[in-house]
Amino acid sequence: MATSSTWERIAARGGISPGRARTYGFIFLGAGLLIYLLFARVAAAGQASTFVMNFGTAGQQVPIPDLVLPTGPTLYALALICAFLGGWQLARGFRQVNLVLGIIAGLFVWAFLTWASQGRAFNLTGMLNSALLRAVPIALAGLSGVICERCAVINIGIEGMMLTGAFTATLMGSLALNIWGWPSWASMSFGLVSALISGALMGLLLAVLAIRFKVNQIIAGTAINILAVGITSFLSARILAHFQQLNSTGTLQPVPIPLLSRIPIIGPVIFEQNLLVYLLYILLVVTHVVLFHTRWGLRTRAVGEHPRAADTLGVNVFKVRYVNVTIGGMVAALGGAFLILGSVGRFDELMTAGKGFIGLAAMIFGKWMPFGAFGAALIFGFADALQTKLAILQVPIPSQFLLMAPYLVTIIVLAGVVGEAVPPAADGKPYEKQ
Amino acid sequence: MPPVLELRGITKAFPGVLANDHINLTLEEGEIHALLGENGAGKTTLMNILYGLYSPDEGEIFVRGRRVEIRGPGDAIALGIGMVHQHFMLVPVLTVTENVMLGVESIKNGIFLDRSSAARRIREISRQYGLHVDPDALVKTLPVGVQQRVEIIKLLYRQADILIMDEPTAVLTPQEVDELFKVIRSLAAQGKSVIFITHKLKEVMAIADRITVLRNGRVVGTTTPSQTTEEQLASMMVGREVLLRVNKRPAMPGETVLEVENLEVQDDRGNPAVRGVSFEVRAGEVLGIAGVQGNGQTELVQALTGLRPLLAGRVRILGEEVSGAPPRRILEKGIAHVPEDRQQDGLVLSFPVADNLVLNTYYLPPFARAGTLQQEVIFTTAEQRTREFDVRTPSILTPVANLSGGNQQKVIVAREFSRPIRLLIASQPTRGLDVGSIEYIHQRIIAKRDEGCGILLVSPELDEVMSLSDRIAVMYEGRIMDILPADQATREEIGLLMAGVKR
Repeated sequence: MATSSTWERIAARGGISPGRARTYGFIFLGAGLLIYLLFARVAAAGQASTFVMNFGTAGQQVPIPDLVLPTGPTLYALALICAFLGGWQLARGFRQVNLVLGIIAGLFVWAFLTWASQGRAFNLTGMLNSALLRAVPIALAGLSGVICERCAVINIGIEGMMLTGAFTATLMGSLALNIWGWPSWASMSFGLVSALISGALMGLLLAVLAIRFKVNQIIAGTAINILAVGITSFLSARILAHFQQLNSTGTLQPVPIPLLSRIPIIGPVIFEQNLLVYLLYILLVVTHVVLFHTRWGLRTRAVGEHPRAADTLGVNVFKVRYVNVTIGGMVAALGGAFLILGSVGRFDELMTAGKGFIGLAAMIFGKWMPFGAFGAALIFGFADALQTKLAILQVPIPSQFLLMAPYLVTIIVLAGVVGEAVPPAADGKPYEKQ
Repeated sequence: MPPVLELRGITKAFPGVLANDHINLTLEEGEIHALLGENGAGKTTLMNILYGLYSPDEGEIFVRGRRVEIRGPGDAIALGIGMVHQHFMLVPVLTVTENVMLGVESIKNGIFLDRSSAARRIREISRQYGLHVDPDALVKTLPVGVQQRVEIIKLLYRQADILIMDEPTAVLTPQEVDELFKVIRSLAAQGKSVIFITHKLKEVMAIADRITVLRNGRVVGTTTPSQTTEEQLASMMVGREVLLRVNKRPAMPGETVLEVENLEVQDDRGNPAVRGVSFEVRAGEVLGIAGVQGNGQTELVQALTGLRPLLAGRVRILGEEVSGAPPRRILEKGIAHVPEDRQQDGLVLSFPVADNLVLNTYYLPPFARAGTLQQEVIFTTAEQRTREFDVRTPSILTPVANLSGGNQQKVIVAREFSRPIRLLIASQPTRGLDVGSIEYIHQRIIAKRDEGCGILLVSPELDEVMSLSDRIAVMYEGRIMDILPADQATREEIGLLMAGVKR
């Protein structure tokens, strides 16, 4: 039939309509043009960009020679590659166009770094390390979102749960360390466990509001955020500000994993971190396995997609939701505790600074999969780390714009790249027994 | 030996309705017992009580002679009671195996799901009862007929021996119905007992060992297919004599009012729903579109009425191109639309009857002058139309949500039919209505046809399409398989076309 050809054309282009495929082509071309206009044209001749591949401090691993690239030629080459990919997309079309889009984004970032570090040395490994550390709380927030939304409860309150966790970890950890005189490891564990309990309580509050009282989940989550901001700011101003010894927990030291931490470049980045980072790795694996290979996970997914079907088979929909949302609260609070124990060691008002919401974006970008959310969190962490490194390199871009980077990436990713992400079918809908 | 299942004096009241009034019912081992009644007669309520989804206000349930309390689906499953729901209870994104094992998961190594042993058991059950299905397939990729098999396998996997089937044929082609009947007979032959809920007389006569008829929440009588006729069953269901056939004269087709050429439309998810459809409707004839639900009929009607964008193709009304025109322009060309989902698309439920009667003309004189509504005119018109179309409502100011389905449909018909129209697009005009209302709506449609109006009738009820249409188009997977003159078409031929088979 002649008329079915529209669908065949779309199928040949990886399921993307002709108009959209053309738009992609122009985006690729535009990226090449931007590299030329913004970077290549203005790069001074004869300069070189140096990428340092070794961690500044550690001296144990096998040293890797620094990567030295001539700035101008590299930029021209990158611009040409982008233009070529764009031309190919317009003329022939790629099947995996989203993959190519990812490559283009990578090339653009590379070009940007090459330009920014011309005539200077840029520590790539240090940058990756910083990206991972900044990604950890976002990944935990995203994981919390995955755990809640897989059983169809939307958790907008992750931000507030993180804030509560951070505050509780600070207060209880400092109390044990500085007042009771516990050893450092014991007081940090105490702070961590307290944070988890606070998160569980916040999760339970959301669960009761959303499941028992069927409050609109967006409003319930927002209420939790406001509650958390109010309580932590009040207590912080009343207690922490007056008793500095209650606002100092100390931080966890990196623990290198033998052998693995000696892998060049990525070894120290991934395997020379503090225990909470390793806990994130474990949680990612455990969540994935539980979700897709155990009874609880099957029931969680069924409840998230079609709760009535699960109910007619004798699955207790309410129990699944209560347990998952409570655990989700604990994971969010762990993200907050990481900001304290794994990072700065002291609490500041509103210190989560939107990481809970970025975590929700990571969850969507990662298509409600644990490792997907982690991958998305790494991108956001990278944008965040880039921003601080560039400030140090004294790039001629106003610092306010650099600070926007992680949020801009969030918006661009959600609006453009993700396309249509399909949430669990019952997401956000309260379940009513007949 | 006691019956497998016995219900004694089951009573259940909802606010304002006595859904079940002292119902008695027995089910013997290996029996296929049909529960017949109109929508709202209380069949589904009774079965939900049996499955533990509702609790009865009064009455007792006995399973194999033992009195039982069923507090939830878990209890029902433990007693060997299983239910195939009218709307399938399947999780589309999970596999067949995952759907079947949900709630009674097999486990290996302490915590991990044992999908392979579950899949093995599913294959055994498939073989034993002739229910062919691939355990590893995702449910959303399966046709409805196969999804229904998955539902039946779910029950057998839980070793249910009392199977309740709630309107199981509503979504099937005639061939799939035959296939299902074979399965049901094989289940009964192997000792399973089946309660078969339906409002279709033909099916009851074909499959049942015994028939119990419900009306207004009460048992009207119990009989067997050999002792009764379709006409008798119909009058038991409705409580009066019913005309099962529509009387009509041969059509007198005139000029072409609707012309559709190579129409392509996407569904909500961007998948092709209508794939190159062409047909025309002429004045004074009924073109019926038959087909199993979900084969593109909804999207086709939405595209014709301007509610959904066209991807390709043209639509002409009375010779004028209206492809992509907004709904109001299409309405003003003299098109009436009786939508498939009357509560979603046909009425504003919280508005009074009077306002609903002018939803498509309120902005025109005499209902509006200088931008203000003329309430007096709207009210007198409403009084007149409710009388003329026999809408039973306490008052024209009653919110339309409070009316019965049949009366809601009459409000829509009254609104659409009291304008000068050239083409009526009626989508499932009698869905969920009682036999009496169906009779009325059918007569009105034929009367419109005889006035010289073109009618496009879309319905998954094959009987309705066959009795009203002058020509029948069969839709399958977004294409029109064939267009046949109604007086030459047979059920078998149309059934095959509905399943995508063209001889």
